[in-house]
Amino acid sequence: MNAIVETAWDPSQPIVALRDVHKSFGKLEVLKGISFDVMKGEVVCIIGPSGSGKSTLIRCVNALTPFDAGSIKVEGQEVNVAHLDKLALRKKVGIVFQQYNLFPHKTALENVMMAPVLVLKEPKDEVEARARALIRKVRLEGKEDSYPGELSGGQQQRVAIARSLAMRPDIMLFDEVTAALDPETVKEVLVTIRELAAEGMTCMLVTHEMGFAREIANHIYFTDRGVIVEHGPPATFFTEAKDPRTREFLSQIL
Amino acid sequence: MIRTRAIPGIGRDPTTDLPVLHRCSPVGAGLAADLAFSRWLGSRSPWVLLGLAALLAAWPFLAHAQSGYSTARAFEALWRWIPFLLRDGFAFNILISFVTMAIGTAAGVVLGLWQIAPSPWVRRTAWAITQTFRNSPWLVLLFIVMLTFPFEIRIGDAIVPIPDWMKAVLGLALPVMANVSEVVRGAIQSVPTGQWEASESLAFSRRQTLWRIILPQCFKRMIPPWMNWYAILTMATPLVSLLGVEEIVTLSRQAMEAEDNHPELLMPFYGFALLVFFAYCYPIARWTIRLERRFAVKL
Ligand SMILES: Nc1ncnc2c1ncn2[C@@H]1O[C@H](COP(=O)(O)OP(=O)(O)O)[C@@H](O)[C@H]1O
Ligand SMILES: [Mg+2]
Repeated sequence: MNAIVETAWDPSQPIVALRDVHKSFGKLEVLKGISFDVMKGEVVCIIGPSGSGKSTLIRCVNALTPFDAGSIKVEGQEVNVAHLDKLALRKKVGIVFQQYNLFPHKTALENVMMAPVLVLKEPKDEVEARARALIRKVRLEGKEDSYPGELSGGQQQRVAIARSLAMRPDIMLFDEVTAALDPETVKEVLVTIRELAAEGMTCMLVTHEMGFAREIANHIYFTDRGVIVEHGPPATFFTEAKDPRTREFLSQIL
Repeated sequence: MIRTRAIPGIGRDPTTDLPVLHRCSPVGAGLAADLAFSRWLGSRSPWVLLGLAALLAAWPFLAHAQSGYSTARAFEALWRWIPFLLRDGFAFNILISFVTMAIGTAAGVVLGLWQIAPSPWVRRTAWAITQTFRNSPWLVLLFIVMLTFPFEIRIGDAIVPIPDWMKAVLGLALPVMANVSEVVRGAIQSVPTGQWEASESLAFSRRQTLWRIILPQCFKRMIPPWMNWYAILTMATPLVSLLGVEEIVTLSRQAMEAEDNHPELLMPFYGFALLVFFAYCYPIARWTIRLERRFAVKL
């Protein structure tokens, strides 16, 4: 075990740096050497066919999935170490899941308040004020005391975003957060993410919403079978894709 | 959603549903959370209770007096003994059921939580204990505890006697513990793993996740099977009479002896015991089924 050296992170350096990340589930190699950088304030979209390892990749960033080899540094801190300070990492990196995963026995407000109160041990009234502001921010004022079961999918997903933001993360991960939603409610969630990005939040998002990716992303990565096949800024990515796999995928989805 | 990481103790198939183990199980057959007993008992019409009572009351008129000792006199004897049977007998059955359930539940919850512990050793040990006691005949467990436990223990200078009924309680608490353990494990594993992941991503500790997120969600789900096991346990309390502990069945036998062992006494006395158990457990079973329906709609 190496001593973890606290290195001050310089914001001109990548906020997330992935280097040759490998991950296998048993015999199935899901990530076969992924490397890229995300700069502070950037929005990075990861697209690719189902089963190509997008979720696995994004979950490696906040150590929900431990990986086998390679390196991920979040604000200069290595994630792939035996005695990782998970609390510190998860304060920095928030994640929103496809299935919302709200706590069904808690109201929207309580969902947002729980982690700051229990984990960060912040004073309750302070947290409550912040939580109410966050719920307003995701345009759910009036729903504070509703239980997740009483909310639509899009509303639940926005509560989930607020819940994650309550931890004041520097980086937000979104894993196909609109994939389980009705088409009418997809937009309200995307609007929330767009606002977040406009405020300078660093975002890594897995999405199938190509129009949205094109509009919001600084950089797009296309993954297939565990490797990055193609990447580029949206201006060129969608028009000048060279790899046949990318072309085929784009032709199916656009 | 695809789970990309096994959550220790949660993200695995339940290891307990071996059909072989179930088949040879005399009492705890099937899943611990199965409400077969309550469902059966609770689906009896309330008239069964009245019918049973009526039959008991009408017995003297149905049966003819063949010997010198008439059934009417047998009933008269029962009537005299009823206060004693209830106060010194059935009340003790209830007491045994309460204490046993309390001990069995406390131990069962701990064992059930061990069944989902992060450490595979703790998990496996807890699983083995659970399966052993869940699949052993209750009477055998009773005898083992009865015969292996000392009749007194020494604490410092003091010698504390352990009465037989205490040992009986321990003996009955073992299978209750094992079944409660299964109920707890099953309920916890019925919560979607997304809940564990969401908590983890918000930096909750495992303990916080369990107590703040998971258990509050599945607590209600545990109540009906837990009540089902209480009813089964109560029905099983007369087992302790075989070990000489005085409860309603033991006292009924003693009362019949005091009444000179007339065979006419058997029907009224044991019939009465049956009626009392039925009257006590029937409402519990009905309530169990009601709760189960209510909670099933909720979640
Ligand atoms: N916990 C797991 N155990 C085994 N295989 C898994 C696990 N999680 C994901 N996989 C497999 O890894 C591959 C990539 O999954 P995933 O990262 O979810 O892809 P995507 O999000 O791009 O659809 C899939 O083939 C999936 O079946
Ligand atoms: Mg996915």
